[in-house]
Amino acid sequence: MGDLLESIRNGLPLLLEQVLNGLQLGFVYALIALGYTMVYSIIKLINFAHGDIFMVGAFLGVFGFTYWHLPWPAAILVAMAGCALLGVLIERIAYRPLRAKGAPRIAALITAIGVSLFIEYFSSLKFVFGPNYRVVERPFGDFRWSLGGVGISSIQLLVIAVVLGLLLALQYVVYRTRIGKAMRAVAFDMDAARLMGIDVDKVIAYTFAIGSALAAAAGVLYALAYPQIHPFMGIMPGLKAFTAAVLGGIGNIPGAVLGALIMGQVEVMTAAYISSEFRDAIAFSLLILVLLVRPAGLLGKAGPEKV
Amino acid sequence: MAQMSRRLVAAVSVVGLYILLELLRRTGVIGAYWAQVMDLSLIITISAVGLSLIYGFAGQFSLGHAAFYGIGAYTAGLITKTLGGEIHWYVVALAAGAGAASLVAFLIGLPILRLRSDYLGIATLGFGFIVKVLLDNSDKISPTLGGARGMLGIPQMTTFPWVFWGAVLAVLLVRNLVHSSYGRACLSVREDEIAADIMGIHTTRFKTLAFVLGCGLAGLAGGLYAHLYSYLHPQSFDFLRSLDVLLIVVLGGLGSLTGTVVTAIGLVFLQEWLRGILPRDYLDWRIVIYAIILIVLMIRRPQGLMGGREWSLRILVGGDPAQIVTGKGEKGRASA
Repeated sequence: MGDLLESIRNGLPLLLEQVLNGLQLGFVYALIALGYTMVYSIIKLINFAHGDIFMVGAFLGVFGFTYWHLPWPAAILVAMAGCALLGVLIERIAYRPLRAKGAPRIAALITAIGVSLFIEYFSSLKFVFGPNYRVVERPFGDFRWSLGGVGISSIQLLVIAVVLGLLLALQYVVYRTRIGKAMRAVAFDMDAARLMGIDVDKVIAYTFAIGSALAAAAGVLYALAYPQIHPFMGIMPGLKAFTAAVLGGIGNIPGAVLGALIMGQVEVMTAAYISSEFRDAIAFSLLILVLLVRPAGLLGKAGPEKV
Repeated sequence: MAQMSRRLVAAVSVVGLYILLELLRRTGVIGAYWAQVMDLSLIITISAVGLSLIYGFAGQFSLGHAAFYGIGAYTAGLITKTLGGEIHWYVVALAAGAGAASLVAFLIGLPILRLRSDYLGIATLGFGFIVKVLLDNSDKISPTLGGARGMLGIPQMTTFPWVFWGAVLAVLLVRNLVHSSYGRACLSVREDEIAADIMGIHTTRFKTLAFVLGCGLAGLAGGLYAHLYSYLHPQSFDFLRSLDVLLIVVLGGLGSLTGTVVTAIGLVFLQEWLRGILPRDYLDWRIVIYAIILIVLMIRRPQGLMGGREWSLRILVGGDPAQIVTGKGEKGRASA
């Protein structure tokens, strides 16, 4: 009995540190997942290019504080603005023509895959970002504080603070502004919203802008936390974040955050205590199990089927 | 009588095509490189025809097709690698590859086919990742499988007749299935699952049937692939490969077999052709151009190249080009 208590006492700080690592990862996933879930709730599209916008955001941010010598908060803002523009541009060029034609959803999905391939390989060209890995030089020192034996790093604090700030800002935009109200209306019923005089295309453009800006912020934070960037870095975090959004109930903003936090914890805990090789397998098994029990995700509403 | 003659014309033209291609290969008009591209394109066709059955005809959205392709490839490769490269073991390996993929599809399909639309897509995507991780770590189960380093030393057995007749068999199988009462049941599930259920169709049974058969074809394609290059790597069966097949099926037009076949062959050749015509300094542009072509095609023809229609000999031989596959097939899928 004494041994058990002893081992818990020794293991606890390590466990708490892993929880912090999981939070750091989960918060980054949350920012990406929000873009997926917002776009999905409005146009029912799995925007496969979203992970690549995250990548572009990471590059813009890193270029910002290394080559353009911006202070890092300004670099994040530049990345967010650049990606918001990119998101709107993609929507305008690739998805809106399909909507105008009343094309089936799957056509938009395939177009999204095309856009994703385009961004990845175009960024790999030598005159754009280049195909190689780049090591990120952090613009500030990596401090570690110890709180009762639990180590917390400056990066972790930064990630958590920035993400919480952005989540509050998003909450404000979605629930307290005109455009947020319009977004919720379009998500609820696009045709009815259009009949009420809402400019649906404008609302969709705003949704892409906000989602892409959040992904860009996630990209910069990810590059700071795991300091290496390359043109294909968006694929896995993008898919994990999307999975997180589905886990929480796609189309549901708190669900996306919850799903992302779970995803982050599962991944870090599996890597720490079971095996880092199997962490993706375990994360996705969890997803399948949750979907079998709750087919619309943890916070999603399944709703009665309409005939 | 008319039907008889149409069948005869079809059989003669398929055999004729085979003889023509074989002659062109033998005489060296089609070089070794393009011959291998042709073999690969036919293997991809078999796998794509499988997904066409699952998604195009039965409306079950799968983002994990490459996993079943991989299961077939590794099973078949393991058999000939351990038992030897004789022709009878090769046949056993191909059958086992298809069988293993079907069995896994059956076991995983029973629970997850209850999910609808995008949720099914995500569950199959997750399954694909699990398979990829298992393949990456397969050397821990058996060193023969090679894990993340890849599996070497599979006997090179796949030749043109195997892939050609394999593809013909796959197309025939799915075509006949789709035109049977089973196929009509699958189509009804795609169009409206609830209505099909009310009309007394055992929807789970037909969804599972289409899924198991389609994944079995992916497994067969995997077995052929394993013995084409005699080298397997988990990377060849990851999520992006699943997207490639999905892309073929959608671009060809959902519910169009000929569309699937033409697109599968066309896309493989397009990629290789781009490799050939681009100047050396611009080779990096290959996938960029491919992506642009994809986006433009999809925006120009959102319903796919064939849009649910089929090319058939009836148009050539005469008679009315009646279609059994109608409807956009969106209603059932859209109700998430």
